[in-house]
Amino acid sequence: MTEAFASELIPIRTPTDIVTARRAARTLCERLGFGKADQTRLATAVSELTRNVIQYAGEGSCQISDTSDARYRRIRVLVEDHGPGIPDTTLALTDGYSTSGGLGAGLPGTRRLVDDFGIESMPGLTRITIALQKPL
Amino acid sequence: MKIPILRLGRILLVSIQDDLTDNDAMQFQSDLVERVAEIEALGVAIDITALDVVDSYMARVINDTACMVGLLGAEVVICGVQPFVAMTLIEMGRDLLGANCAFNLEQGLEILNRRIATRGDIHIDEDEDD
Repeated sequence: MTEAFASELIPIRTPTDIVTARRAARTLCERLGFGKADQTRLATAVSELTRNVIQYAGEGSCQISDTSDARYRRIRVLVEDHGPGIPDTTLALTDGYSTSGGLGAGLPGTRRLVDDFGIESMPGLTRITIALQKPL
Repeated sequence: MKIPILRLGRILLVSIQDDLTDNDAMQFQSDLVERVAEIEALGVAIDITALDVVDSYMARVINDTACMVGLLGAEVVICGVQPFVAMTLIEMGRDLLGANCAFNLEQGLEILNRRIATRGDIHIDEDEDD
C-alpha cells in the first residue's frame, strides 16, 4: 500500500471509540471534498466494521488513510483485530447471514456502501479494507 | 449523556442532538420506555434531525424503542431522517428502519395528534382546544 498524505490510527477498545472512528472518517472525507452522501456512507461503514471489532474480537484498530493519487481522490480504511476470525468469509458476505442474531446489516450491507471491499481472516487476525474514491 | 425527554400534555418529545455511543442509545431506550409508562403517554415523537450517521445498531435501537413504546399503547413517529441517512440505510438493507416517519417535528406532532384523535378511546384533558 502506498503511503498516504495523511493517516490516522484509532485504537478500538470501547464503544466510544466507534464514535471517534466514524467521526474521523467523516472529517477526512469532508476535507478531501467528498459529498455529504459519501461522507455518510463511509462514516456508517466505519461504524459497522468497528462495532464488529468490539462485538467479536473485543479490541482492534482502525486506520484511516488518504491514499489519493494523480487520478483519484481516495480514502482507505483498514480495520484490524486479533479475534477468533471469520470461519467462512464467503458466507459472512451473504445477505441475511448473521452469527450474532442481530438485525445488523452485517458485512454485505457495509460492502454496498463503499467502492472497494477486501477481507482476509484467519484465527488471530482479521483485516477488512474498504475504500471510497472519486476521479479528480 | 442523558437525552432530555420533554413533556407536552400526554405527548413526549425527544430530540437526539448528539452522536450517541451504544451505551447512550440503550440508556435513551430505557429512559423513554419508562417515561412513557409513567405518564401513560399517548404519543411519542423522536426527532433525529441532528443525527448525520445512523448505522444498523442505531437504526435497531430506534426501531425497537418505537415498537416497545407501541406495545405500551402510545403512538410513535420518527422525525427528521436526513436524506443521506435515508440513502445509506436503504443501501445497507431495506428493513433497517421501519417505524413511521415524518419530515420534521411539526409534521410529526400533527400526525400524532391525528392518530390519537382517531383512536377515539382516550381524551386528552390537557388539550381541550382542539
